[in-house]
Amino acid sequence: MKKLFKKIWYWIDDRTGISELITPLLKHPAPPTRLWTYVFGSATLFVFVLQVITGVALSLLYEPSSNNAYQSLEFITNHAKFGNVLRGIHYYGASAMIILIGLHMMRTYITASYKFPREMNWITGVFLLLFTIFMAFTGQLLRWDANGVWSSVVAAEQLGRVPFIGKYLARLLLGGDTIGGQSLSRFYSYHVFIAPAGIFIFIGLHLYLVFRNGISEPPKAGRLIDPKTYRAWYEKYLKEKSVPFWPNAAWRDVIFSSLIIICIIVLAVFMGAPALTSAPDPSVVHTSPTPDWYMIPFFALFALMPHKIESIAMMLGPLLTIFLLFSIPFISNKGERSPMKRPWAMFGVICVFIFIISLLIVGLKAPWSPHFDAKPLPLSAIKQANPDSTVIEGVHLFYNKGCEYCHKINKYGGLAGPDLTVVGNRLSEQELTIRIVNGATNMPSYGGLLSKDELKRLVAFLASQK
Amino acid sequence: MIYAMNEETDNKEKNSPKEISRRNFMMKLSLGFAAASAAVVAIPVISALLAPLLESSPEKWRKVGTVNDFALGTTSLVTFINADPKPYAGVTAKSAAWLRRDDKNNFIAFAANCTHLGCPVRWEAKAELFMCPCHGGVYYKDGTVAAGPPPKPLTKYEVRVYKDEVQIKTKPIPITGITA
Repeated sequence: MKKLFKKIWYWIDDRTGISELITPLLKHPAPPTRLWTYVFGSATLFVFVLQVITGVALSLLYEPSSNNAYQSLEFITNHAKFGNVLRGIHYYGASAMIILIGLHMMRTYITASYKFPREMNWITGVFLLLFTIFMAFTGQLLRWDANGVWSSVVAAEQLGRVPFIGKYLARLLLGGDTIGGQSLSRFYSYHVFIAPAGIFIFIGLHLYLVFRNGISEPPKAGRLIDPKTYRAWYEKYLKEKSVPFWPNAAWRDVIFSSLIIICIIVLAVFMGAPALTSAPDPSVVHTSPTPDWYMIPFFALFALMPHKIESIAMMLGPLLTIFLLFSIPFISNKGERSPMKRPWAMFGVICVFIFIISLLIVGLKAPWSPHFDAKPLPLSAIKQANPDSTVIEGVHLFYNKGCEYCHKINKYGGLAGPDLTVVGNRLSEQELTIRIVNGATNMPSYGGLLSKDELKRLVAFLASQK
Repeated sequence: MIYAMNEETDNKEKNSPKEISRRNFMMKLSLGFAAASAAVVAIPVISALLAPLLESSPEKWRKVGTVNDFALGTTSLVTFINADPKPYAGVTAKSAAWLRRDDKNNFIAFAANCTHLGCPVRWEAKAELFMCPCHGGVYYKDGTVAAGPPPKPLTKYEVRVYKDEVQIKTKPIPITGITA
């Protein structure tokens, strides 16, 4: 039996040349690294394959129409066998891909592997990063719940800031003047056909370049890159020191990728897919759109940026970032590669990392959003033990007039404005009145919204908070 | 020997000026055909890609209630079908607006979209403010900005009262440009 299979395989291999094609790729000489930091790129690739497979599986259960997609998602989540796990794998897979591509890019930057002759490796990699972000965003829309609908409106608004053609870009994204039947069909096509086609092409190019230019050797301080001599040096280096890619170098990649995929599956089984919000009805306005975690840093940036420069920043920010990413291998493609000898580059990468992580942390808290679900402040939570009727009225006004959505008193209320638990210590009655009547940049002026009596009661209550 | 002679004549023929110009012509012809067929296919493909830009964008008057449905001095949510619903749009053909009745014949309608990034603003009746859940934009009852990042007041729809019917003129989702 074994002999027969061997015979069949030899015949197929002889007529197709599979091993002739694959063996040199598998065995190509690689630098003898003993580093676990070289595994992020291959892990991104493995997770992408996972995304393709689970994506195809989801498409067997999903209906890509504006009207019915939400119902089909409810079906996948609640009724289809392993449907929720499948959704979960695809969701955590997307998250993993974003993290891994980020780590891969950081590693490449830290070891300056983008320098000669690997500039095009970096550039195709930037394309892959952009495609991955686009996939993450459109994937979130395909959930097509209230979040999906409003996220697409938010994206259209951002495109609207592009000079001259902004309105057309927004219209193109939504598929018309408003959200409608055409919207989801387009998002589906972007997510399932157009962007994946781009990813396949650029992964092909990226891998071809890895073979053509060779895996970069781990940097050594003082060993400079000189475009005139590097290729000859690298060839000699490989001849003397290289190991075959498989299995000497690649076993780490396979173990790491497998562990990542196991983690994704464990998360999917135990945490499940993100819950659906309400139905995609654009006329239901009582909803609080929040993007998936990987979009939160952008979301946070738009809340924290000075409002005056926002329109311009919304347009120029992404353009400049993309331009900068593409230009990195042209800014410096030779010389030192060791991170120890490139302190400014390291400083930059640490700053970017801290910037993104802080935006993520503050964005998950979203202190700028009014807390519409705040419970009315109970009398037990105020400072005065025996409040008179004026103060009690003030407490009710504090909730009814929306103060509590943004101001906290003793664990009740939002975070947009200052905590008012002991505001009586900071501001006199007169100062409180002035602030309430006039408002501030991030606070409405309540002058026209409160009667004289209401203002007096509210001030009396706040002044008693000490 | 005969074979070699043939090859020689073949080579001569291959590189004769007549043959070269014939070859060039065929090359150009084949590329021309390929380009023409690609161009013809591109027309419907690009039309599908740019479909939203090629369609007209109608604006229509839609009934949102009768005059008596709206008490004086109140702001209420009204829903209507947008101007150009596709037959398969289902629930996504719906739109909403905030309708304020100031006095007997004076109605103002505001788009539900925040002018900052388009999130749905909600009317807080007791506070008499529109509030946005996304980045903390706040508007007064007349739609002007009270606080937060919105760069301009809430967009208004045209409203008319026709035989006791309150009608709103639909509009595209308001997109805030860079100049705002």
